[in-house]
Amino acid sequence: MEFLFESLWSAILMILHLDRDLFEALGTTLRVSLTSTGIASLIALPLGFVIARYDFPGKRGVQSLLRTALALPTVVVGLFVYAFIARNAPLGDMRLLFTPAAMVIGQVLLIVPLITALTHAALQENVKLVHEEATLLGASPVAASWKVLSESRHAVVTALMTGFGRVVSEVGVALVLGGNIRGLTRTVTTAITLETSQGHFSSAFALGIVLLALVLMINILIQTLGGRREAV
Amino acid sequence: MGIRTRVALWLAVVAIACWTGCGEDRAAPRPVKMTTTTSTANTGLLDYLMGEFLRDTGIRVDFIATGTGQAITHGRNGDVDVILVHAPPAEARFVADGFGVKRVPVMWNDFVILGPPGDPAGIRASASAADALTQIATSRAPFVSRGDDSGTHKKELRLWQTAGIEPHGAWYVEAGQGMGACLTMANDKLAYVLCDRGTYLAMRELLDLEVAYAGDPELVNPYAIIAVNPEKYPDLNHAGTQRLIAWFTSPRGQKLIADFRVNGEQLFHLFEP
Repeated sequence: MEFLFESLWSAILMILHLDRDLFEALGTTLRVSLTSTGIASLIALPLGFVIARYDFPGKRGVQSLLRTALALPTVVVGLFVYAFIARNAPLGDMRLLFTPAAMVIGQVLLIVPLITALTHAALQENVKLVHEEATLLGASPVAASWKVLSESRHAVVTALMTGFGRVVSEVGVALVLGGNIRGLTRTVTTAITLETSQGHFSSAFALGIVLLALVLMINILIQTLGGRREAV
Repeated sequence: MGIRTRVALWLAVVAIACWTGCGEDRAAPRPVKMTTTTSTANTGLLDYLMGEFLRDTGIRVDFIATGTGQAITHGRNGDVDVILVHAPPAEARFVADGFGVKRVPVMWNDFVILGPPGDPAGIRASASAADALTQIATSRAPFVSRGDDSGTHKKELRLWQTAGIEPHGAWYVEAGQGMGACLTMANDKLAYVLCDRGTYLAMRELLDLEVAYAGDPELVNPYAIIAVNPEKYPDLNHAGTQRLIAWFTSPRGQKLIADFRVNGEQLFHLFEP
């Protein structure tokens, strides 16, 4: 038990001392997670919208495929991407393995289904109504789609944050594709794994506290940005 | 905020995120990628050595610590430039199959059998490591196995083979994890465990486990560095790798290895020239 209290203390110390390893890992985590969430949202938001808005043959199949993909183990996603970026694979020439870019690819694959499914669920209720209304009122198709997304922005933001939460906390993709290289691909979660494997439970837990504090700050930031508009 | 502003804001966020994601120092010499075992990384040896190597040559070594099994697989697939491992038979196969250039011995430490305080299975006075394992098996004392195809795991399996025992049963726990995790587990379960002395010394403060058996020449644990064959994979960083291997075996590299201490103890030893 007491190691939990120790960890809280060492988390505070690590931050106060501007611990270099910690900030490198935090930086890598933020860069990689924000990039992958950004790219994934560019794919998943339109995809979720299209699936919610339009009926097409095979729609049910796509839906159940998406829901199945939610169960993808992170290490499996890592190995799947490895099959494409390993040396003799189609993308082998790009030498992506053990780089942050490889982690981004894996994480994008990991959360595109998640954000798509959540966006789809969020829009399902009134997407057709709002979209048709906006189009009738003379909005361009893109503007009308944007209207739909912003009508359900709470749910959409939740979808994005869920995706971000998934990548920021995952360790399988980061280990298999990143390799936990210090100062290059070591994220907070792979650092946690490393510390745990060395028996340094309290510093592992401390890293977890720091990670959560960071995500909390991001959430508060988003809430203030979104809340301002609510008040108008 | 209008729609346009919001779109612009989002694009800006994404652009910044992408930009920060792609930062890479292009001026520095090409880093060497190396897979290695948890025992060299978890003890802190490589952080220390590769810092010195970077100072000496300006070449960064990106090392990935895994089990020896995965380390060799990445070498076979040409994912890395060089491997630093400790499993002589697997290394010989790696070189014989043409994936490795040459096995270059770097250093050694030894394996020890750790056990709970008081040595409940009574293995301290065993005649050999295989005898000690036999004693553990017959008394059904809990034993934690790496179970991960690592160098330590391969060594353990060879020792069981020598003892003529196929270990199974509730007392034999296959953890499937790294050395440190296994030590924590053995400590918790009051179990015996085979461990390289380096990892044990590095973690001793956290453990109640004691050295229950050591000293059999069978337990010597040699580490070798092997360049991945550039004939198989021409675009490897072979030049950087050769400097790394030369540095490891140079008087300076060797001295740094011998000088490495954790809690005042030398973890890795040099081969007699």
